[in-house]
Amino acid sequence: MEFRLALAGNPNCGKTTLFNAVTGSAQYVGNWPGVTVEKKEGRFSKGGMDITLVDLPGIYSLSPYTPEEIVSRKYLTEECPDLIINIVDATNLERNLYLTTQLAELGRPMIIALNMIDRLKKRGKEIDIKRLEDELGIPVCPISAAKEAGIEDLLHRSIHILHDVAHSENEKIEKGFFKNRAEELHDELHRIHDGLNETEDVYFPIVKSFYEWEINSAIEGIEGVICDNPKAKNNLRFSAVKLFEDDFITKDTLKLDKNSQNLVEEILKSVPENENIDRQMMIADSRYKFICRIVNDVESQKKGFEETISDKIDKLLTHRVLAIPMFFLIIFAIFGITFGSFGSMLTDLVDKLINQDFAGFLREALLSVNTKPWAVSLLCDGMLAGVGAVVSFLPQIALLFFFLSILEDSGYMSRAAFIMDGPLRKVGLTGRSFMPMLMGFGCTVPAVLGTRILENERDKKLTVFLIPFMSCSAKMPVYALFISAFFEENKPLIIFTIYVLGILLGILSGFILKKTVLKGEESTFVMELPEYSLPTLKNLFIHVWERLKDFLLKAGTVLLAASVVIWFLQSFDTSLHMTDNPQTSILAAIGILIAPVFAPLGFGNWQSSVALLSGIVAKETVVSTFGILFSAADEATRVLAVQGLFSSPLAAFSFIVFVLLYTPCIAAVAAIHKELGGAKWTVLSILWQIAIAWLVSFLVFNIGGLIL
Amino acid sequence: MLNAVTMETNREYYVKALACTGALRRRIIDMGITPGAKIIKKRVAPFGEPIEFRVRDYALSMRKSEAELIKVEEK
Repeated sequence: MEFRLALAGNPNCGKTTLFNAVTGSAQYVGNWPGVTVEKKEGRFSKGGMDITLVDLPGIYSLSPYTPEEIVSRKYLTEECPDLIINIVDATNLERNLYLTTQLAELGRPMIIALNMIDRLKKRGKEIDIKRLEDELGIPVCPISAAKEAGIEDLLHRSIHILHDVAHSENEKIEKGFFKNRAEELHDELHRIHDGLNETEDVYFPIVKSFYEWEINSAIEGIEGVICDNPKAKNNLRFSAVKLFEDDFITKDTLKLDKNSQNLVEEILKSVPENENIDRQMMIADSRYKFICRIVNDVESQKKGFEETISDKIDKLLTHRVLAIPMFFLIIFAIFGITFGSFGSMLTDLVDKLINQDFAGFLREALLSVNTKPWAVSLLCDGMLAGVGAVVSFLPQIALLFFFLSILEDSGYMSRAAFIMDGPLRKVGLTGRSFMPMLMGFGCTVPAVLGTRILENERDKKLTVFLIPFMSCSAKMPVYALFISAFFEENKPLIIFTIYVLGILLGILSGFILKKTVLKGEESTFVMELPEYSLPTLKNLFIHVWERLKDFLLKAGTVLLAASVVIWFLQSFDTSLHMTDNPQTSILAAIGILIAPVFAPLGFGNWQSSVALLSGIVAKETVVSTFGILFSAADEATRVLAVQGLFSSPLAAFSFIVFVLLYTPCIAAVAAIHKELGGAKWTVLSILWQIAIAWLVSFLVFNIGGLIL
Repeated sequence: MLNAVTMETNREYYVKALACTGALRRRIIDMGITPGAKIIKKRVAPFGEPIEFRVRDYALSMRKSEAELIKVEEK
């Protein structure tokens, strides 16, 4: 038998950890239709059942506003999963149960995974599980997802419920514990009509009511009005409560006729509202009152305010003065390890392994079996050289993601957002976009994918637009070449200028976009600061692997294809004969064609054009193209070649400014396309970057020419 | 009237009303800020905002512009 389980819970309650613990790495990651909210599914078999576990996005509520909440609601109400596993953080019962009270009204079979029970015990607290079950009317399983404790029991009980639901053996379920509320009400109405209302086995509230009698009777009244509506049948209580709250999504889905609408209005009029307490507030207030009562009953020794380890760490890490230095210390440490000598050493190692040892071996092996020269060239100079140049960055990308996952899983990422929100807000961004922007200095691809953490669609778009302006590490070799050729004595100044120029233009772009195409209300900033926790190795491993898989897939597809194209254009002339002379290649012909575009920027030679063109595949290619075009294998010859190619240091500077600003590599464009979710935005971002690059280089070259 | 920005640090206050509508109001309510809820101002970020609060036993941060909308009173 096949079953679908939905995993629902607040953000930061250990949902991903539980999901990883249950499904291992047998996960499928995609997007929910129409939105860029990540959808994760995992499959496993248990007790003769094939189970698909769907990881719903972390949410605080089922309100109709954020994309995560809308996606979750839609799934829960329309796809009707066989069982909801609601994961609840035992150390934060009050707020977590708020979502539970909403999920319970969906009328689906449900089980609560009470997580972080170990942490609770460490604090000397306890929860009366039996009592909690009785109060909520929902089975509760204490677990510790991080320690993988209690998970077997949770799955066992889940299977049991599925079994009962499937076979309807259990009297309780049959009688209504999980029975369809609409049918129940219908039955009851019939009984009343038939004068059978004296019979004693009329089973009433199946779904627990959290409300005072005035609100409750109004909601029951609404249930009576909509109980025949096909869209409300499966989740009658939920729909009725939502109508009570004036929820626009429910109004849209139910499409009530005029008569029903009037009846509902009539019922709602009987509920006394006042200026502080509208109907939405009434519902939330009732839920929280209900929860507070339960929490008081089930939690042992409700102590007063108690300082946790988290508070102590925060005293340092979000300290008014020390927060900023601590933040930069952490960032420098991460970047130092990733892009400094350690990371470079790993990259050099892989580079040597692939691009020297393996490439050399492959070439010899191919030649020894008399492979045609063009085929050897295609495999070695085309495919392997192109893909290998990028794959050698694998260790650095893995390192970067390893550290970023630690920051995310430990809870520090929220603190970084908290610290940096002030300055970022001034330029129209939010604190949450800081981390992705920072990652941009490493590599645009993960940085762009990292914008998923942004809730607001507009913030996300804006951040994706800005990230390419943060000079990525692949541009370093280009700067290095030009600095040794022209600016050896001003090296630090040039590097500093380039990076700052990128940041400034990024901010300026953001500002312009915010005032034009990405207009809209300023986003709000209401963010939980979750308690610090030690990341688990399993989670870190899965996070890093997910990203590496993406990266390798890209290397094997997009980059491979692009490398073959570049190789072809470089190796053949316009009459499609293989050529050793770059001057007669198709690439040169293309270069000559587009060179005039760059003439006003000071570098109208065809070689620069070709280098820039090839840079679209990967930024490192700019340097290697110069190498190929001048048959210059070593740095010194390349420096001489470049010196001969550019008329002045100003022209060279104009060129590196262009490299800094123009369209990022294909991999980055693909990531941008994926996250912006539309060809229109992707094209806009490409055009925007080219336009900015051209304009700024033009200004640099021409204004610089007047001054110097 | 006192609001969540003007209240004293590390002192208990109680939510009285929310002066906002729509998505933001809903969001604030969903995070547990309902009339009568206890709220404590914990600390302010280095650049003057956001502000960290303790409500319903967890840490919540908000900008001034959001926190101002939460009217509070001492009991």
